Order: sequence, then structure tokens, then C-alpha cells
Amino acid sequence: MKKDIILCGVGGQGILSIATIIGEAATEAGIYLKQAEVHGMSQRGGDVQSNLRLSTDPIWSDQIPTGETDVIISMEPMEALRYIAYLSPEGTIVTNNKPFINIPNYPDESALKSELEQLPNVQLDIEAIATELKSPKSANMVLLGMAAPYIEVLSVDQLRKAVSVIFARKGEAVVEANLKAFDRGVEASKK
Amino acid sequence: MEKRLLLGDEAIALGAIHAGLSGVYAYPGTPSTEITEFIQTNKEAIEKGIRSRWCTNEKTAMEAALGMSYCGKRALVCMKHVGMNVCADAFVNSAITGVNGGLVVLAADDPSMHSSQNEQDSRFYGKFAMIPIFEPSNQQEAYDMMSKAFDLSERLKEPVLLRVVTRLAHSRAAVAIGSASAQNQLAPATDNAHWVLLPGNARRNYLDLIDKQDDMLKASYESTTNDMVTINNSDNGKWIGIVACGIGYNYVREALNGIKNNENNYMILKVTQYPLPTEAIQKMAAACKSILVVEDGQPVVEEDVKKLVNVSYKVEGRLTGKLPRTGELNPDNVSLALSKENKPVFDPAQNMAGRPPQLCQGCGHRDVYAAIGEVVKEYENARVFGDIGCYTLGALPPFKALASCVDMGASITMAKGAADAGLWPAIAVIGDSTFTHSGMTGLLDAVNDKSNVTIIISDNLTTGMTGGQDSAGLNKYEAICLGLGVEPEHVRVVVPLPKNMPEITQILREEINYKGVSVIIPRRECIQVAARHARERAKQNNK
Repeated sequence: MKKDIILCGVGGQGILSIATIIGEAATEAGIYLKQAEVHGMSQRGGDVQSNLRLSTDPIWSDQIPTGETDVIISMEPMEALRYIAYLSPEGTIVTNNKPFINIPNYPDESALKSELEQLPNVQLDIEAIATELKSPKSANMVLLGMAAPYIEVLSVDQLRKAVSVIFARKGEAVVEANLKAFDRGVEASKK
Repeated sequence: MEKRLLLGDEAIALGAIHAGLSGVYAYPGTPSTEITEFIQTNKEAIEKGIRSRWCTNEKTAMEAALGMSYCGKRALVCMKHVGMNVCADAFVNSAITGVNGGLVVLAADDPSMHSSQNEQDSRFYGKFAMIPIFEPSNQQEAYDMMSKAFDLSERLKEPVLLRVVTRLAHSRAAVAIGSASAQNQLAPATDNAHWVLLPGNARRNYLDLIDKQDDMLKASYESTTNDMVTINNSDNGKWIGIVACGIGYNYVREALNGIKNNENNYMILKVTQYPLPTEAIQKMAAACKSILVVEDGQPVVEEDVKKLVNVSYKVEGRLTGKLPRTGELNPDNVSLALSKENKPVFDPAQNMAGRPPQLCQGCGHRDVYAAIGEVVKEYENARVFGDIGCYTLGALPPFKALASCVDMGASITMAKGAADAGLWPAIAVIGDSTFTHSGMTGLLDAVNDKSNVTIIISDNLTTGMTGGQDSAGLNKYEAICLGLGVEPEHVRVVVPLPKNMPEITQILREEINYKGVSVIIPRRECIQVAARHARERAKQNNK
């Protein structure tokens, strides 16, 4: 089995920490992984993405071919649409639905929302949920929780365990807050 | 065996540490930066005392590494592809002196120019210097190749080039870790005739280098990663030859896996070590109808393959349009070259806008550009010559401030040349790290010529664009400018903050109106680095 994932958002939103957790879970599970990241200039408030490929068989390319992505996990709704050409017919978009507007020509928000709703999607205001849980920094863990049931090649439990492993060095309270955010995301997921 | 999830860059770094490295020499540059950063923070490297501080530029890095090699120890030089231009003098001549301890030069190319101003292919430099080139196809090979590269360098007594591209440098995969070798003992070279490149010596050394070419080719034949793979789909199918270099091989295998009911047969040569194993290619040409060359970067191998076959034989690749002439390889363009088009399933997004990178909110460079923007409006012919760094983003809206950005240090020298031509005001904007990298010599030219230029060294106390590495001239900028002969009353320091705008614009006007060399240094720490320093301080206080 394989799962090809595109993680995306705006530079500084923390997509790489989601990648780190999936990477930890994949290593622990002993499955193959390739993860192409974007470093350098585009990190400065521009669009950023990471191709993450998971498989029980060896993986050749570091990048995902057009039309083969199983899950687009996005910290920002317009950024989710940027990679639509890569989505497979059975694929799903899991996204934060709160726009991050740092450009003058950001599209009309309601048009963007309705375009996104015509596609296979799960969306949530992850920042609002994280604030409600009193841990605004764990918004990306809400998103990972929402995506977790779609990753399949890794179980929700395996991913949950990786969340505790990665945050362990930051102390018990941080682990708890992130697990709570993750669980809340799993609950909200449609799957 | 222990497995670790590593970026290509990290695999190179750990491979070098385990190969008995004694020193890494580098200037930061995407996509090569993480190699040196890994060595700087790796516990094993610190315990072994591996030298790893950043260098002022790629030339000083290359020469220092050659000095360590002279003493019998293993040295690594890392840079982005354009850094090869900066160190080219030392690099090419290191092939003439030869080496003592193993010397590996790592060039990280950036096809598609994700963070660069061109997509030059460093393999040309390797061929030019007539030395072996390694080009790993994945993270595991990158790790394993480091010890092979150092061994080959010591056996041949020549430097070797290791070339990677962005997609390998910045992609992570599990790597099986081997055992670590000890560092070489201090054993300085004694053969002065080899190291003193007077014409008489250099002529002999050059003949030596030419004599070694057969050995280099033999090493390519014997390489365990220069594989020939055959895929036999059908007894009646036609045979297609593919020469796939480095990560190009992965895209070929990915694409062939995706073609259903494929009746073609393939002979694939994976090239990970050069000189190109020519006999294998001639064998391929004899067995196949045509050869497709799949290489990331420029058509280096494609040109060589054409020379090995008959004029009428079909060799395809970037030069024939089978693959795009520019930009990086990807699974889609390689698949198309193998006759399968990967089509999008969903319609293109309607509600979409570009999101280019931009200077951070609160960045001091923003205040510098705001001031420049206000002042240059007052002068009909003002031109602002830019340089390489975060502040190159001043070329984009809302600032649109820059007339040029070419290479490290060119802001000062282009402003000088423009002033020589009669342009006024000729203004240069350069960052602190770029100034010490390649701006100081240009400033000396301007001083000696009494050029009418206004130079702004926008000092954020770090090398910002590559993630906040140490800046070589930290706290030394006024002293450097004065030492190079800029008059003390025309070295002006300001703090780039919105509240200081009247003062900054006034100083700009004064120095533009001064007929000679002036240097203005707006100084405020990069906000990303300032935040990191605050976190580090908080951590220290909690201990």
C-alpha cells in the first residue's frame, strides 16, 4: 500500500512539524518514506509545500506525479487549491478553512469556499479549535488529527504515539495539549 | 543496522563525519547550507573536534580545505552551484597541485532556480578540472559515497567533486548508518614541486593529471552504483536505451512502473560516477534503437553521448526537446519523455493567486527600502544596484527599488562602473554577510578611484536568507570601511526603524550629495534571529 501526501501552507505556518511527526511514525512502523521539503527564499511568507510519500514498497521518486496525491493536508484554504492538479480521483483535501491573507489580490473568500466545497474535502477552522482548547500553538495538530484517518498506511494510533514522542522533550504539559488537539481533529474528521 | 531519517544534505554530512573528516569549509547557500549546519551541531563531530565554522566566501573555504588536505587530513568544501564560480581559481588549480589528504568538493545545484539566479551545472566544472565526479541518486548513496569519494581522492591524489541537486539535498529518507573511521594523522606534504605551481612544475603536474584520466575512467567502470539494468517486457518489443544520471534514474523507474501494458524493453544505465563510462554506452547503442538521456541540470551527458555514436543515431534529451530544455526534472516530464502523459483529474483552481516570498513584517530591510524609496524620487536618474540576500526582495512590490541583482558583491562594483559612466546618484544596497563575502574589494576600487557612489550596507547581524548563520564581519563593518579608506565623516550608522525615518532620509540625501564614496550602515538584528536568540536566552535562564 502507498499514500502520497502533499503538505502545504504559507511559510512559517509549521507544515514541517506535521511532516516530522508523520516521519517519526513511518520510521517506527518500518515503512518506506520520502519527503521533499522547501527551504530557502520561499520560506519568507510565500507558498510552501512538502511532498511526503509513504509506502510498504520501495519508493523511487522524491516528488509525486500529477494526479496521484491521496491527501492534500493544508494549513490554508487557497494553498490547498494550488496543488489540485496533483490530487488523485480518490484523493481528499484536508484543510484549515481560515484564509491567511498577506497578499493584496487574495481571491473572494466565499467563492474560494464554494470552490473548495465542490471537491472531496474536510475543513475546519483549526485555529479557533486550538484557541478553544487553550493551546493556540497546536492548531497544526488539530489538522494532523483531521488527516490521520486518511493516511491509512499508518494507523491513527501510530500517528498519535508519534505526537507524544516528538513533543516529549518539551515536557508533559505540551504533550498533553498536542494530543488533545490531535484527538479533537480525529473526532472532527468525516472518516 | 541503525537507520536514520536524513535529508540528502544530512546524509552527506554524516557520511563525511564517518569517513574520518577533519574539517568542513563552507559559505551558506541554498541548497547546501544544511550540510555544514549538521556538522556544526552533530555530537559526534563536536567530540571529534571537526572544524566547522562558516567561512567568509567559497574561495577562502576551498583554499583552507586544500591547506588541510596538504597536511594529510580529510577536508570537505560545501557550496551552492554559483559558489563554484567564486572558488573556481582555487578549485581548478587544486587539480593541478593534486591533494594529500582526501578532498571532496560538494556543489549543490539548483535546477529550476528555486533560490538562485541561474541553473549552471557543476558537472561542467568537474570535467573542466578533469577530476572524478560523484552524483548520488538517493540519500543512502549520498551517505555511502562520502567514504568512497575520500578514498578515491586519496588513491588518485586528486580532489573529487560531489554534485547533488535541490531535490536530493532537501529530501528526507531512511539511511542505514555504517561504522565511523578515524581521522588521518597530521602528515604535511613534502613534495614542494607538486605544490608550487611555477610554470615548470605546473607543466609536469598537468601531464600527471592527464595520465590519471585512465585511472579515473577505470574507477567509473568499477563503481558499484554505475549499474546497467535491463527491463525485458516482451520478446518482440523494441529496445530503448536510457542513460539516467543521479536522481533522474528515480524518475525513470517511477515512470516505467506507471506504464500499463508496456511492450518496450529497456536498457538503463544509472550514472552516479564520472568520467562517463563510455564503453557501457557504446554497448547500449549497439543493442538499442535509440538512447534517451535523463539528467537534471544542463545537457552535459547528452552532448557526450552524441559524440560516442554515429551522426545518424537517435540520441534524445534536453537538446532535442524530448525533455524540457530548462528547469528541473520531475516525474511528469520524464514520464512524458517515455510516452506516458500524467494528466490532472480535477479542473485548475479558479480562486487562486500567486504568493511570492516577501520581507518579514518588522524587518529592518523594509525600513531601509522605505527610506530609499522616498529619497530617490527626488533625483531624476537615481539607480539602486542590488545584491544577493533577503533584501533582493526589495525588487518586488511594494518597494520595486532595485535596478539590478547579479552576483555576490556586484551592487558596489556596478554602482561604481555606473558612476564612472556618469550616472548620479549611483546607490548600492548590500547585506553585511554579502559585503564581507565579495563587497570589500569593490569598495577599495571605489575608494581608490574616488567614485561618486553611495553604498548602503544593510546590516542585520546575520546571514539571513539561508536561515541566520554567523556573519563573518560582525561588529567590524565601520572598521573595515575606514581601513579601506572611506573618510570617517562619510561612514554613517543608523537604526532602521519607522520612527527614525526623518534622520535616515536626511543622511541619505547628504551622502548622495557628497561627491565621493560614502557608506551608510543601517543596523538592526534580523527579527527571525532576534526571536531565536530570545528563545535561547529564555532557555538559559530556565536552567
